[in-house]
Amino acid sequence: MTRDWAVPLIHFENVGLRYGMGPEILRDLTFDIPRRSFQFLTGPSGAGKTTLLRLLFLSLKPTRGLIRMFDRNISSIPREEFPMLRRRIGIVFQDFRLLDHLTTYENVALPLRVRGKDETTYRSDVLELLKWVGLGERINVLPPVLSGGEKQRAAIARALIDRPEILLADEPTGNVDPPMARRLLNLFLELNRLGTAVVIATHDLSLMDQVEARRMILSQGRLDIYE
Amino acid sequence: MNELRPREQAPPPQQRRAEMRVRPTGPIVPSANVSGHALMCVIAIMSFLACLTLGGVSMVRATAQSWQSQISREITIQIKPDDGLDMEKALADARDLALTFAGTKSGTIVDRAATARLLEPWLGGGLDLDELPVPRLVVITIDENNPPDFAAMRKALTETIPQAFLDDHRTWVDRLVAMANTTAMIGTGVLMLVFSAMVLTVVFATRGALSGNRHIVEVLHFVGAEAGFVASEFQKHFLRISLKGASAGGLLAALSFAIASVWQSQTLATPETDQATALFGTFSIGYTGYLGIFAIILVIALLTTLTARLTVMRTIYEIDLIRSDPGRTDVFQG
Ligand SMILES: Nc1ncnc2c1ncn2[C@@H]1O[C@H](COP(=O)(O)OP(=O)(O)OP(=O)(O)O)[C@@H](O)[C@H]1O
Ligand SMILES: [Mg+2]
Repeated sequence: MTRDWAVPLIHFENVGLRYGMGPEILRDLTFDIPRRSFQFLTGPSGAGKTTLLRLLFLSLKPTRGLIRMFDRNISSIPREEFPMLRRRIGIVFQDFRLLDHLTTYENVALPLRVRGKDETTYRSDVLELLKWVGLGERINVLPPVLSGGEKQRAAIARALIDRPEILLADEPTGNVDPPMARRLLNLFLELNRLGTAVVIATHDLSLMDQVEARRMILSQGRLDIYE
Repeated sequence: MNELRPREQAPPPQQRRAEMRVRPTGPIVPSANVSGHALMCVIAIMSFLACLTLGGVSMVRATAQSWQSQISREITIQIKPDDGLDMEKALADARDLALTFAGTKSGTIVDRAATARLLEPWLGGGLDLDELPVPRLVVITIDENNPPDFAAMRKALTETIPQAFLDDHRTWVDRLVAMANTTAMIGTGVLMLVFSAMVLTVVFATRGALSGNRHIVEVLHFVGAEAGFVASEFQKHFLRISLKGASAGGLLAALSFAIASVWQSQTLATPETDQATALFGTFSIGYTGYLGIFAIILVIALLTTLTARLTVMRTIYEIDLIRSDPGRTDVFQG
């Protein structure tokens, strides 16, 4: 894969999406997500933030328009190749989606495990990351025992563990107190400095005020971007 | 992720080692849950029933076959007593005459004592045959593969001994053969029904047990697992369950046959056992029977594993399908 910095990581062109016969949730979205960029995605509840993230994560197909990712038109990619593309994307779901029968450690290590890596090769990395997100004491705990904020941090750690090229986070600070939110934001910023593009969907204004970053605001199906 | 290391001081070594202790990595598919146990039970029961049916049907078929062969292996010559007939001579003559025909092997005269025993149930003990006009029998064993010419034998017999009557059991044999064939067919039918029930039950029970694991498939898929990887994780899990369940059922069936066979051999010649033996033949199912049980276990394991694979592949296909059809909101909530 050539890493031509001029080519954006993701490019949307006149993308529209409707669920079934419903109204168009997203209309004529045209934007780029450059490599190594950092942006917030915001807008009122129900504006379509999660929907847009799902488009970015290849778990929805647009009703119309063109999406290019990693320099490829995604409508021409066969479905067998999606796992390989998803491995380059980290995602934090709004509802976390941790597996309840795996410990925090195992949940965070899961992306590496499904890539066929040996446990000895990643154990210290996973433990280090867990400590960094403040879960060092909770590595052997099952998710049902974790608090909302702890689950959130586990979900974030899972998205970060394989150093994705782009991180998509849906309300990653929705369940934590402001100091922890700031800490997580710092984690995202650090990750971004190391070269990962970051998209954070949030309606937490105080969080956005802490960083000078690109803001993508969704309202009534349209997207406005403030650099 | 060394670069992400916090800038604070590192914790002291002992504390660090304590934190590092991670439990042995658990399986991706949870090893024990309620639907897994239920599936194992269903598989054990179906395997038990299938093995029992297989053993039972093969037993009945073997018995039906032996009816045919035992009966047709012998013919009898009956000689009715008559005034002036020297019964013992007539019996010997009849035997000798019959043995001149090609296809006969040996002849036995049923002597007085044996005849009395035969009649005992009807006429009581202490019977004096001389006082009764009781017909006497000569049993001729024949070569089944090369039977003698019964018509010629019958003709020759009635010419020399008019009181002789040759019974080649033709009617009996025909009826028994028909009955044996019917029994074998019914047995095959029952076997097919039980096997179909087993296949359907195992397939649906496996799918039922999988439906509770859909979220696992989804998460694995979304963290970048390939379909083949996800499927193989589930296959491993279901192979284990089905092998356990099917072996339990198969062993239980084998044990039942072994116990029944021991019981039969120990109580041989009691009326109950004789009845059971007449109906079902001997309970020993032989090594082919145990081979059959083993085959059933393998088939069930294969079936379960294959169903698991196909179901997981289908689930992933459905998850991907929602990609191409945003209107589908039934299965996925983003
Ligand atoms: N699977 C779906 N089927 C039909 N409609 C949907 C589906 N998912 C979302 N919607 C609708 O699309 C709109 C946008 O939903 P979305 O979840 O993207 O909003 P959001 O910006 O993430 O909201 P929030 O801030 O509350 O998370 C909503 O009106 C919602 O009802
Ligand atoms: Mg949302």
